[in-house]
Amino acid sequence: MQIRWLKYLAALVVFPAILASAAAHAEVFEKTLSNGLKVVVKEDHRAPVVVQQVWYHVGSIDELTGTTGVAHMLEHMMFKGTKTVPPGEFSKRIAAAGGRENAFTNDDYTAYFQQLQSSKLPLAMQLESDRMRNLQVSDAEFAKEVKVVMEERRMRTDDEPHSLLYEKLMAVAYQEHPYRHPVIGWMDDLLVLTAGDTRNWYKSWYAPNNATLVVAGDVKADEVFKLAQRYYGPIPARKLPLRKPHSELPQVGIKRIVVKAPAELPYLVMAYHAPELRDPEKEWKPYALEVLAGILDGNESARLNKSLVREQQLASEVGAGYESTSRGPTMFTLEGTPSTGKSVADLEAGLRQQIALLVKDGVSEEELKRVKAQVTAGEVYKLDSVFYQAMQIGQLESIGLGHKAIPVLLKKLQEVTAQQVQDVAREFFQDDNLSVAVLDPQPISGTQKHADMGGSHDLR
Amino acid sequence: MTCAKLLAAALLSSAALFSGSALATPHIQHWQAASGARVYFVEDHDLPMLDVAVDFAAGSAFDTAGKSGVAGMTLGLLDLGAEGLSEDDISRTMADIGAQLSGRFEPDRAGMSLRTLSSVAERNQALDTLAQVLQHPLFPEAVLAREKIRLIAGLKEAETKPESIADKAFNKAVFGTHPYSLPASGEVDTVEKIQRADLEAFYRAHYGANGAVVAIMGDVTRAEAEAIAQKLTAQLPPGGASATVPPVTMQIQPSEQRIAHPATQSHILIGVPGMARDDPDYFPLYVGNYVLGGGGFVSRLMNEVREKRGLAYSVYSYFMPMQQPGAYQIGLQTKKDQADEALQLTRATLREFIAKGPTEKELIAAKQNIIGGFPMRIDSNKKILDYLSVIGFYGLPLTYLDDFVGKVDKVTVAQIRDAFKRHVNPDAMATVIVGAPEEKTEHAK
Repeated sequence: MQIRWLKYLAALVVFPAILASAAAHAEVFEKTLSNGLKVVVKEDHRAPVVVQQVWYHVGSIDELTGTTGVAHMLEHMMFKGTKTVPPGEFSKRIAAAGGRENAFTNDDYTAYFQQLQSSKLPLAMQLESDRMRNLQVSDAEFAKEVKVVMEERRMRTDDEPHSLLYEKLMAVAYQEHPYRHPVIGWMDDLLVLTAGDTRNWYKSWYAPNNATLVVAGDVKADEVFKLAQRYYGPIPARKLPLRKPHSELPQVGIKRIVVKAPAELPYLVMAYHAPELRDPEKEWKPYALEVLAGILDGNESARLNKSLVREQQLASEVGAGYESTSRGPTMFTLEGTPSTGKSVADLEAGLRQQIALLVKDGVSEEELKRVKAQVTAGEVYKLDSVFYQAMQIGQLESIGLGHKAIPVLLKKLQEVTAQQVQDVAREFFQDDNLSVAVLDPQPISGTQKHADMGGSHDLR
Repeated sequence: MTCAKLLAAALLSSAALFSGSALATPHIQHWQAASGARVYFVEDHDLPMLDVAVDFAAGSAFDTAGKSGVAGMTLGLLDLGAEGLSEDDISRTMADIGAQLSGRFEPDRAGMSLRTLSSVAERNQALDTLAQVLQHPLFPEAVLAREKIRLIAGLKEAETKPESIADKAFNKAVFGTHPYSLPASGEVDTVEKIQRADLEAFYRAHYGANGAVVAIMGDVTRAEAEAIAQKLTAQLPPGGASATVPPVTMQIQPSEQRIAHPATQSHILIGVPGMARDDPDYFPLYVGNYVLGGGGFVSRLMNEVREKRGLAYSVYSYFMPMQQPGAYQIGLQTKKDQADEALQLTRATLREFIAKGPTEKELIAAKQNIIGGFPMRIDSNKKILDYLSVIGFYGLPLTYLDDFVGKVDKVTVAQIRDAFKRHVNPDAMATVIVGAPEEKTEHAK
């Protein structure tokens, strides 16, 4: 499983009653073992279950040209056995304990998780710590699994026109930064990837001092720390490879690409370079951009849907996205499908008009308040998912901001002003900063007519 | 949810794993509102939030072939205009308080669910709006015209997607002319013909108070829950309790459709009509399917197709239990030139399973996972709300969750073998391959 552009739902707390309640659920404890493994525990005693997540601070951002996809490939190999646990056995033991498990790879990190009854945490720790140190990647297992990953790539990207367009757009929008490479890897690289590549990756990056252990659920922090010491404590730290700094030189003019793929409807994405959050206390622009995304697309009556889908009927679908929390430079995207009889040029003009309105007239206090109210409520709803709370902690730890940034993010989002939203719109919605991708739909021949929109069933 | 802890304690007392003793689960309160709606409520004050769902027997199975899409459009337009509220008013009143309103649309069921903060001002604003949406929808002409255009564009797009093409051909092959074969959102030519009057008529016929199932989960008292249920249903159309889905023809002719598509992968679906929600074989089939293709990384299909041979990323099987038997479906995607190999392997794995059933060891592993994982089925308000809706809609016993572990535990290898033999005949199944290997692409037996 791989997740890209994981949506980080930032949130803030204003209602006193909610504040008190959220505080009661906000006990987060942390400890760093002597080998460098940081352990973060979120206690939540609503149900007798626990989630363990191990987040390695390595992802496709750390890959080199020619071996793209190796971070994700190793994620698959992590289920293929250690010195004492044969291939497939990890999953069997977790299943026998009533557990669910999986893993995901992103540009910035690679994470592994199990959800079980809280009494089964020692088993999960035993297995997860074992593969932190003792993984064995055999050539035979690799040869089979790389075929699985190629199937995953075909399913998720090659045969999915919107994903394909997005992949090609990133490869154009970023000229130098490794975010130009897809997490799953280019097919050409997968074809020549070797078991040795994944072994080297494992030896280089999989170490307690390059990981965060997050445990959330019906547990006691001090007991988790003891267990962590017992299972992970003996694993020696490793000297990590030097992380080369990556930057992206300023774009010097608009870029446009066309992607042809079998489809009925055209599709448009406009991607503007935008800053990521580096200093949660001092910066304000990333927060203003988050609020801006909410004003454009945070609900059905937000600007883009209201104006372009409902009123002007220029688009049948439209959206905006921005991700402030990442290791590297990020993007603000606008995307949509033109209505029947409208072209991508019409839709682009409509989106540009929305930007012009923002820059000229700014946003209303009412819109600002609405976005903040949604964020407030989201902070409460978040408490209904122990898994999501652990995700938020792990993600922030992996990209270097740390879980202690969570309340700061909430506070700073609350402080965003209408003027700041207008200012970031003016600063970042610039053509020199923009890459535009258009899906040019190609007919499929020989297929039956009239397929429905029934749901697909995708087991991960 | 604290009651779930007792369950864990029971499970932990070692040998008690399969004891099947009475286990504590959420306390479900049930009553009939004065409106006639059936209400299912779990009171829980741990979090300051409230989840509510209201469902009707108004899914796509209540469409007709000539007006396919009316059911989905009726639900879709509920929150796009109600007495005193424009579509924009509805979305804004929800967004202003951070409430989330969403629709649920299935072959049997159609409904709306709401998540809101439970503080009085927010809760009232959200529930007032939901009450209008459910009981006084306007189905505005202009909105319908726009939504038809959007839906038709989406249907045409779906016609180019291999997974959608496969689903549609599969449902036709498994269900013939039964309404379970109807596409969820209709066809291009039937959607074009939808009139406002169709929606009003469908609404009056299928959104009656007597057929409504209200599920309420979270931070309100019983008295408050009673008032909420009544407020959401008192002004629904009268009647509406008698809607049923016609019986499904269980025996189908074997068929294999190969449909060309330029995708790099073939999408393969194999299946038959499976089981109804009230099938006495429900638990043997559910547990047995875990072994064959429902158990994720440890299922037989996953082991044969993916782990041993690397032929697919995803391969699965599942039953879709509904009022009448929904499909039993096996699915996978694989590179075109190995589609036939994967298909033969999948069929052989199924055939072997039907002939011999699971091993004792596999059955124990399945029970360990399903029983041991039970606490995770009810570890959030959202999951409990979904159980309340299902229990209410399908008339399952209020003790469904209490009985679950014991029923799983009682399943035997012989029951699974027997139930699968009666439900899944490997010689009479529907197979659909979209993006079939080029040289063989034609309709074949």
